[in-house]
Amino acid sequence: MPTTYVEAIREGIREEMERDPNVFLLGEDIGIYGGAFKVTQGLLDQFGERRIVDTPISESAIVGAAIGASFMGLRPVAEMQFSDFISCGFDQIVNYAAKCRYRWNAPVPIVVRAPCGGGIHGGPFHSQQNEAWFAHTPGLKVVLPATARDAKGLIKAAIRDNDPVVFFEHKALYRRVKEELPEGEYTVEIGKANVHRVGSDISVITYAAMVHTAAEAAEIVAKDGISVEVVDLRTLTPLDEETILESVKKTSKAIVLHEANLTGGFGGEIAARITEKVFEYLDGPVLRIAAPDTPVPFSSTLEEAYLPSVDQVVEKLRWLAAY
Amino acid sequence: MAAVKLEAVHIDRGTEAKAELSRKFLYYMALMREVEERIERRLYRQGKVLGGVYVGRGQEAIPVGSGLVARPDDVLFPSHRDLALYFIRGVHPRNVFAQYMGRVDGLTRGRDGNMHMGDLSKGLVAIISAMAASVPVAAGAAMAMKYQGRDSVAMVYFGDGATSRGDWHEGINLASVQKAPLVLLCNNNQYAYSTPLSKQMACQNVADRAVGYGIPAEIVDGNDPFAIYEATRRAVEHARAGNGPYLIECKTFRMTGHSAHDPADYVPKKMFEEWGAMCPIQRMQNRMVEEGWATGEEVSDILARIRKETDEAIEWAEKSPYPDPSELTERVYEPK
Repeated sequence: MPTTYVEAIREGIREEMERDPNVFLLGEDIGIYGGAFKVTQGLLDQFGERRIVDTPISESAIVGAAIGASFMGLRPVAEMQFSDFISCGFDQIVNYAAKCRYRWNAPVPIVVRAPCGGGIHGGPFHSQQNEAWFAHTPGLKVVLPATARDAKGLIKAAIRDNDPVVFFEHKALYRRVKEELPEGEYTVEIGKANVHRVGSDISVITYAAMVHTAAEAAEIVAKDGISVEVVDLRTLTPLDEETILESVKKTSKAIVLHEANLTGGFGGEIAARITEKVFEYLDGPVLRIAAPDTPVPFSSTLEEAYLPSVDQVVEKLRWLAAY
Repeated sequence: MAAVKLEAVHIDRGTEAKAELSRKFLYYMALMREVEERIERRLYRQGKVLGGVYVGRGQEAIPVGSGLVARPDDVLFPSHRDLALYFIRGVHPRNVFAQYMGRVDGLTRGRDGNMHMGDLSKGLVAIISAMAASVPVAAGAAMAMKYQGRDSVAMVYFGDGATSRGDWHEGINLASVQKAPLVLLCNNNQYAYSTPLSKQMACQNVADRAVGYGIPAEIVDGNDPFAIYEATRRAVEHARAGNGPYLIECKTFRMTGHSAHDPADYVPKKMFEEWGAMCPIQRMQNRMVEEGWATGEEVSDILARIRKETDEAIEWAEKSPYPDPSELTERVYEPK
C-alpha cells in the first residue's frame, strides 16, 4: 500500500524512537492532539508522555530545551507548529545550536521539524518557505524532502545526525504525495541530491514541493521534444554541488526554481555556483523562478499568482530551449 | 592550584567544617578576583587581551557559594560574571588566560573570547551573548536528567537584566510545568550595562517574578558565600526531590563597569563606596580571623599562593600559540 509523505515522516520517527531510547519529541500539541498536521498522531499511545512532551507555546524554549537535552545525551526532535513560528526560536537555532560545535566543540544533535510552504490558504503566517534564513547560517543542516521515500529516509538520517538539522516538511505534500516505500530499514544520506527525472536539454534545479511542479512542466514540454532533467536537492546544507554541476555540464542550460521569494533566496546561490564553476558549458543564461518579493497572500487568486506555477515553468523552459 | 573536591560540605558540621569551607570560599573568590584583575587591569591594558572583558568584581561569592554545593553530575550554566565556577570544576587559570588572549590553549581554541567557554566533560556549558538564552537550555538539560532518572540538577546563572528577556520567562515556565530540576541563580547587581534596575523592571525584586511560575524563591545577601551556600543547598534539595525549579536572588553590586571599556560614570559614586565596604573577599578574611577559622598569616598564605599561581598561569598562557589560520574552517560540522 502506498505511504503518504506525512505517514512516512511519522514512520521514520517511530522507527527511530523504537531503535533509540534517547530519542524524544517536544512541541506544541504533539501529544494527545497528534500535532497540527497529525505527524505525531498515535505516538503518545505508543511512547507515553515521557517521550512525547507537550510544551507551552514557547518556540524559543522548545528549541533551547532540545539543545540542553542534547547536551545530556538525548536526541530531541522539536516540532515548530509552522515554520513561520520558527522566528520565535530563531536565536536558539542560529546563535546557540548552530555555533556550539565550532565554538567549544559541543555537538548539538537536535532536529527542528518545521512544516513550511504555501498552497493551503494559510496566509502570511502559515505559508512561508524560509529555508534561506538557515542555509545562510553555518553549523546548521537544512533538509527539505519532496517525496515520501525521502521524507522517511531523511528524518531518520536527521535524527541520527550529530549536528543540528532544520527539517522542512512541505505542508502541501503531507497528503498529496504517496508512494510504495522500500521494504525494511533505510535512511537517505543528508547532503546528496537526487536526479528526480533524467533529461538532456535543460536542468531544473529545485527542491521541496517545486520538484513536483518541475516534473509536471517537464512532462508537458516533453511533448515538444524538450528533454528536462529535474534535480531534487533534498538538502541545501550540505549542498551536493557535484550533482548540480554534473547535470548542467550535461544539459548546458539551467533553471533554478524555488517556492521562496526571489531576492536573497537560495536560488541565487545555486545560479552563482553554476556560472562560477561551469560557465564554459552554458548555452544560455541561468534563469531563476521564484515567488515575488511579497509576503505570502491569503486569498486564493493572490496565492495562486504568488506561487511559482507549472505554466510559468513551462514558459521559461520553452524560452530557454529556444535560446 | 589546589585539588578540587566537589562533594558538598555541610556547614552545620561544626567549627572545623566551617573553617574548611571558609578556606575554600576565600581561595576561589580570591582566585577569581586575582585572575580577573590581571585580565582587566593588566593584560587588557597591555593590549594582550582583545575584545570585551566582563568581570564579576564584588560578585565572587555567588559562583563560589553556589558552585561548591554542586555535585560533579550537576551541570552548570555560568553567566559572564561567574568565573569561579570554572575553577571549582577544575579548569586551570592558565587555560582561562589563554582563552582571553585568543590562544589555542583557551577553552575555545580561539574561536570565541572571554567568558564564552564551556567543557561538557566538566559539566560546564558556554553562554552565548544573548542574555538568558541559557535558561531554556538549562531547562532542557534538567528535563533530560529527569528523563534519564538521575537525581542531578542543572544550575543556571544570570543577571538582573537577563530577567527581562523572553527566554528567561519561557525557560522557567517550561521547567516549572515539567517539574524539571532547575536551580536559578540571579546575580542582581543592580545594573544591566548602564540601565538601573528601576528601568529594567517594575517589581521590587527578581524573586517577585517567581510567583508567576509557581516556584519558590528566596533573596540572599549576594556578598556572603555562606548565605548563598545555604540557600543553594535548599534549592538543590528541592529540585532533587522532584519539586521543580527554585530561584535564588543574590543581592549584590557590580563593582566595575559593564566591561573593561566602560568607566561606569553613570553609577553614583556613593554606591561604589557603600558596596565596596561589603566586599565579599575582605568580609570573609575578617570573619575567618574573628571566628578563629584561620590566622591572619594563614589568610596571607592563601592569597600569596594565588598570586604565584596566577603569575605562572599567565607566563604559561603567553607561550601558547595563536590558532593557525588553516583551522578557520574546521569543525563547523562533525568531521567526516
